[in-house]
Amino acid sequence: MNAQQIDNKPKVQKESKNKIRVEFERTPLKERLKAKFLSLFFLKKVVWYIFRLVLLIGIAYVVLFPFFSEVAGSIMAPQDFKDVEVRLIPKNFSLDIYKAIWTELEYVKAFTNTLILALVTALIQTFICSFVAYGLAKFKFKGNKLVFFAVIFSLVVPHQTLQLSLFMEFRYFDILGIAKLLNGGGIELFGRTFLQSIDVIPDSWKLFTPGGITLTNTYWPWIILSLSGLAFKNGLYIFLLRQFFKGVPDELEESAYMDGSGIIKTFFSIILPLSVPMMITVFLFAFSWQWTDTFYTDTFFTIQDKAKLLPKIVGIPDSLSGVVDPAYQNLYYAAIRNTCGIMIIAPLVVLYLFCQRFLVQGIERSGLTAD
Amino acid sequence: MTKDVKVKAPKKRKSASLERRKARGGWIFVAPFVIGFLLIYLPMVVDSITYSFNTIKVIPGVGYELIPVGWANYYEALFDDPDYLQTLIKGLQTLALDVPMIIIFSLFMAVLLNQKMAGRAAFRAIFFLPVILSTGIMEEIRASNAFTEYAGSTEGIDDGSGQNASSEIVSSMDVERLFSGMAVGEGLVEYVAQAINNIYNIVNRSGVQMLIFLSGLQSISPAIYESVQIDGATAWETFWKITFPMITPMILVNVVYTIIDSFTTNSNQVMVFIQNMYTENNVLSSAMAWIYFLVVILILAVVSAIMSAFVFYQRRD
Repeated sequence: MNAQQIDNKPKVQKESKNKIRVEFERTPLKERLKAKFLSLFFLKKVVWYIFRLVLLIGIAYVVLFPFFSEVAGSIMAPQDFKDVEVRLIPKNFSLDIYKAIWTELEYVKAFTNTLILALVTALIQTFICSFVAYGLAKFKFKGNKLVFFAVIFSLVVPHQTLQLSLFMEFRYFDILGIAKLLNGGGIELFGRTFLQSIDVIPDSWKLFTPGGITLTNTYWPWIILSLSGLAFKNGLYIFLLRQFFKGVPDELEESAYMDGSGIIKTFFSIILPLSVPMMITVFLFAFSWQWTDTFYTDTFFTIQDKAKLLPKIVGIPDSLSGVVDPAYQNLYYAAIRNTCGIMIIAPLVVLYLFCQRFLVQGIERSGLTAD
Repeated sequence: MTKDVKVKAPKKRKSASLERRKARGGWIFVAPFVIGFLLIYLPMVVDSITYSFNTIKVIPGVGYELIPVGWANYYEALFDDPDYLQTLIKGLQTLALDVPMIIIFSLFMAVLLNQKMAGRAAFRAIFFLPVILSTGIMEEIRASNAFTEYAGSTEGIDDGSGQNASSEIVSSMDVERLFSGMAVGEGLVEYVAQAINNIYNIVNRSGVQMLIFLSGLQSISPAIYESVQIDGATAWETFWKITFPMITPMILVNVVYTIIDSFTTNSNQVMVFIQNMYTENNVLSSAMAWIYFLVVILILAVVSAIMSAFVFYQRRD
């Protein structure tokens, strides 16, 4: 059948101009099967195959089990929580928890807010990080190493270390004292003074306070941090993208330069289209880490009602409190919180299903090297 | 300037050579980061250090005042606070236990997921799921979740054994029985049992590492594998003689990343401690965070210095 499997001498006849006929004696099917399946080699392969499959399924179970149990808990009716027999499979099906979260916890509003914030910041971060990473990967200039070190430094310093100064920075946002200058103060480099008569309490909505612009309780802190590649884990994105760009052959750009294309234009027309899978990977990270982020939200939104984001909806809807006996309330409330979690990550799961093939593809093509 | 005469007769030579234009281009590309770093990040770092040497006095209706106190915050964190030092040491212990586990696990999984098999894409998708989903708020929800524990346990259900099973996957009793014939220390047994019971945590935290290892494995030339196969190397030998040395740079990267990641994550006990302190006394929390940061930087430096001695770099030319 297949001309590749021949080992005893085949006869080749030419039938017509484009056709040949190959005749050969095949070993009988029985012997071939025997040789294939009764060898130690095959046995080893089967054992390894089964071992691997069991292991992978086991670990996949470990990963997926919390999701199963969360979904199971979310569709249980209140009386199921009292029932000792009910663990993972609900007896009485009910969508009350979903309904309550949807209507009482302002899900739609929070969803829209989060979507806007995550989309904007993730897009900016993806773009800025690839911009910076490209500069670090492909250009040899004095200070390249230093800038890269700064990138790693920004990744290493935990945000918690900077929490207070993050808040202060954007509560009294004032680069080089420009806002202060507009208010009649003097320019001060780096050592911005906080010792001023500032009305902290109710009129924090004024755009200009003597100490600078109040950017907390707006989206500006995120946008500013994203624009400068300093937002959450941006150091990692820059690192990954830098490795990716290092793998892109220099000849590509050189030929573009030969054709008279500028540096920036080459980046947009040649490099960016090439790196779509990697950029989708970074986008996916940036988007979903922003989506579930609580640290920045807690730091920058001091007034909770101003912009409700998804992580803030986690709570117990009024209509569900006291439905279950106090003895089982603990369990029920945990299930409600789980349901909030499911509703928060549901959009991410959809996004992930679409993007996951790029995730591996992007990384695979990067040919990461650690130099 | 006149060095590159060999370039095919350019009609108009621009004032700057390509090299210099490229150097300038480099700065254009990194400009957003450099500007942000100098104007926002560095001042923030400086401020944070400044806060840790001060105390904030809130003047109601007016604002607040910074009063320099020297090393008092650091002194208080290290010697006066009853819990900080303990938490720190415990946190570092966990770090020392977790990092090797995560590295070994993610390398193993990456090697496994790199092999051709049915359903590889599905398994990959599942294993990378935690990278995307189990972060931030989900981590908080799951941190102490009564329902998930309840659903996972079989407590209260009579399984015929006469005793209530717990939600642990293996008990250290089982592992001990398994290892009893072998002359391994009790410490190792406990470590293994702990690793298995901790598997959820480890799987969750090794997503990015798996990705990095996978990409490292992909970049090893198939020609090398082919040639050792012809020489008759077994899969075991191939792994230790080819794959492992070639992947060592990735191991270094991953160790560094894992250390950074596990000490900045929200579930880290030291971080939780500092976070709680932030609401009470934010200058003290700054000081604690900086102590922690310095310790970890020190660990990072030592680990990467030791490890880089063993890293194998392939010459590509």
